[in-house]
Amino acid sequence: MAETRRPEVDVAIVGFGWCGAIMAKEMREAGLRVVALERGAMRDTWPDGAYPKTLDELTYNVRHRLFQDLSQSTVTIRHNEGQQAVPYRRFGAFLPGQGVGGAGLHWSGCHWRVLPEELRLRSHYEERYGRGFIPDEMTIQDFGVTYAELEPHFDFAEKVFGTSGTAYRVKGQVVGEGNPFEADRSSPFPLPAQKNTYSAELFRRAALEVGFHPFSIPSANTSAPYTNPYDCQMGPCNFCGFCSGYACYMYSKASPNVNILPALRDDPEFELRPGCEVLRVDLDSTGRQATGVTYADAEGNTVTQPARLVIVATFAYNNARLLLLSRIGQPYDPRSGEGTVGRNFNYQNMATIKAFFDTDKYVDPFIGAGGNGVAFDDFNGDHFDHGPLGFVGGSPCWVNQAGNKPASGIALPAGSPGWGAAWKKAARDAYRHTVSMDAHGTNLSYRDCYLSLDPTYRDAWGQPLLRMTFDWHDNDIRMSRYVTAQMEKVARAMAPKSINVLVKQPGAHFDARSYQTTHMGGGAVMGTDPRTSVLNRYLQSWDVHNVFVPGSSAFPQGLGYNPTGTVAALTYWSARAIRGEYLRNPGPLVPR
Amino acid sequence: MSNGSLPSDRRGLMKLGAALLPALAGLEAGHAGIGRAEAGTPPAAAPAAYAPGYFTATEWRFLHAFCDRLIPADETGPGAVEAGVPEFIDRQLATPWGFGKLWYMEGPFVDGPPELGVQSPLTPRDLYRQGIAAVEASVRRAQGRAFAELDAAARDAVLHALDKGETDLGPALPSAYFFASVLQDTLHGYFADPVHGGNRGMGGWKMVGFPGARGDFWDWVDRHDGRPYPLPPMSITGRRA
Ligand SMILES: Cc1cc2nc3c(=O)[nH]c(=O)nc-3n(C[C@H](O)[C@H](O)[C@H](O)COP(=O)(O)OP(=O)(O)OC[C@H]3O[C@@H](n4cnc5c(N)ncnc54)[C@H](O)[C@@H]3O)c2cc1C
Ligand code: SF4
Repeated sequence: MAETRRPEVDVAIVGFGWCGAIMAKEMREAGLRVVALERGAMRDTWPDGAYPKTLDELTYNVRHRLFQDLSQSTVTIRHNEGQQAVPYRRFGAFLPGQGVGGAGLHWSGCHWRVLPEELRLRSHYEERYGRGFIPDEMTIQDFGVTYAELEPHFDFAEKVFGTSGTAYRVKGQVVGEGNPFEADRSSPFPLPAQKNTYSAELFRRAALEVGFHPFSIPSANTSAPYTNPYDCQMGPCNFCGFCSGYACYMYSKASPNVNILPALRDDPEFELRPGCEVLRVDLDSTGRQATGVTYADAEGNTVTQPARLVIVATFAYNNARLLLLSRIGQPYDPRSGEGTVGRNFNYQNMATIKAFFDTDKYVDPFIGAGGNGVAFDDFNGDHFDHGPLGFVGGSPCWVNQAGNKPASGIALPAGSPGWGAAWKKAARDAYRHTVSMDAHGTNLSYRDCYLSLDPTYRDAWGQPLLRMTFDWHDNDIRMSRYVTAQMEKVARAMAPKSINVLVKQPGAHFDARSYQTTHMGGGAVMGTDPRTSVLNRYLQSWDVHNVFVPGSSAFPQGLGYNPTGTVAALTYWSARAIRGEYLRNPGPLVPR
Repeated sequence: MSNGSLPSDRRGLMKLGAALLPALAGLEAGHAGIGRAEAGTPPAAAPAAYAPGYFTATEWRFLHAFCDRLIPADETGPGAVEAGVPEFIDRQLATPWGFGKLWYMEGPFVDGPPELGVQSPLTPRDLYRQGIAAVEASVRRAQGRAFAELDAAARDAVLHALDKGETDLGPALPSAYFFASVLQDTLHGYFADPVHGGNRGMGGWKMVGFPGARGDFWDWVDRHDGRPYPLPPMSITGRRA
């Protein structure tokens, strides 16, 4: 096991998921020499999504072939400071990715633009509801960037991803049957919306009947053949149903591997090194400038990779960990409220309703696509009056039938047994006749929810694991219960035989055992004040100007929607700032 | 912090067992219900064709008798034994999963709140070896016979007690955790593609009407008439049921 030093490059990118891939392409367009270091293996449609082997639920969805290797590294979790954190030993609530493409290779594909008011959440609530409306313990804040500034980057990202959807308003003109709550767009979606599954169609009709405003979920699963601005080609999605957790064998689900890597692969000035676990960003003696990164390669060698610019793109909470390990920025202290790295860790807040129909009505849940479905946004963002309700936040509601297969579990009506002959009958009578719908809500940020390094547990390289201190708060549970009750009206309007409402009870604790989502955020948030943010509005470290940190780690609080559309737009926004101002004049883009 | 400690009291054991239950994904609807104890036929003998790689002959008999009650054979569909679930489990135990290599297994193993997940140091191989021995010992103490020799109703009673966390399997293995693990593996074996050794003849898929590795529903997605997708299941090998 040797220590080696590689020749300097212009840019070292840590992690090759969506953020790493977008940055790599952008930095190459700027003419810079780029090395991307990815801890996981090389992955691509072939062999990792090859037909028919990919249609294997046990391997991919039960044993999680494409996800992070927890035996090497994981996180620890506790609900509060009084507890001893314990390791997240097996997958449950969230499923981080690993390998070339990151979770972007095997995500689902719901592709959203953040709501304008969510980018300035604190200001918006203070303006509309008054300062006293936001609870003291809630540390929500503005992103420091506006929707208008991000719009061109949302637009471009949709073109790169080949997103299917129906626009509502383009350049101020109402053009279609899309989401009437959606912000203005500069152009329509590159592809028309996908077809609806039967379950989504039932939901659409019922939502209309109740008086809500259903629309097709913008989906990064293609409705038709497509070629993106990088000349990468996609085929139409056939609703194979082996989507979330699987690489797409049809080249239909946007991924860094399908939509960006082909444009980089043969570029001699770009090098992708899989199997490289970055241990830290190296700083010079002043601690104000990064000199590159140090990583462990697959053979166990410790390698120094000097670079003029370092992009930390390791996914959500991992970004905070790498900053903490590298001593970039001041760690957050929940008692004093000082320090920023690890502050405002946030997540998603899901509730689900299962509607069970008679056995002569076939919903066939195995037909589906990860990004596909029908949603209504009447209770997302600030589309409804929060004044009398007394909580902050909201949830989009949807049927998003990604393909439910039996080995991952068959939902049964309440009171059904879990085994034996009666279970068999219940499973047979439920499986093809169940519509599942979600209220996919905000989790806001709180003083006592944060990330830090664990004092006890270590990864395979001897470095401390990241520790999450996290629990649900009353505001978020009340929000979820309110919106779920609205969605229940839609479920009932579908006239099912029975329904099951799975929503957090008051006082519920975070449960790491059952899937929530993999939409965590915060820990390295962006903003306008270095006392409450790790990054400036261009995702540049306030402390070390040649370190940029793209990812949902920049979100000061959780969104109602899935994060990746906003993550991608922010990454393009940051990349353009680097390509423009930063390269001309390397230094802080915003004075401290 | 109790360094490297295992849960040592009864409450700890219960918590650890309960901790696995929600991991049975999709059983949100309440796993706690009572299965009907039916006077089933004794479990079919293990097919001669498959020789277990991990289980001893005694364990193998136990596993058949156990799975047979989790998913009994009846007119609804094949039982776990017919479906090859024991073979599936035996084969899975030879994979990295069986050795606990898909999990973070560094100590110390400290019992946390159940919501924070299983903290057991046992690999699946350990779990089956220790669990089967402990259940056998407990059944022998109480009834003077091997588990596989009990009739269906008596075996169901043993399963219910395990499920409820009422059987003492020693300090390292809460009975509810053992039960939930075997049930989970059984369901996986019943519904996974037959290439993994279970779901023989795609019987599990036929029971619920899952078409398996079809992988293309373009023509079916927007029929919207509530009628069933018509094609029978297919394995990733291309074999049809
Ligand atoms: C099952 C699933 C479904 C999802 N569905 C949706 C959806 O429908 N819509 C949506 O918006 N979002 C969805 N997401 C979330 C989406 O996948 C992420 O938001 C997105 O991938 C984030 O991109 P990223 O580049 O920040 O991180 P990733 O894509 O996770 O990439 C980060 C990469 O960094 C690597 N890395 C980490 N640490 C190191 C290190 N120290 N050294 C080197 N490399 C390192 C990792 O191995 C990984 O490959 C889903 C996620 C999952 C798991
Ligand atoms: S459902 Fe569509 S996008 Fe998803 S994996 Fe199948 S073909 Fe690809």
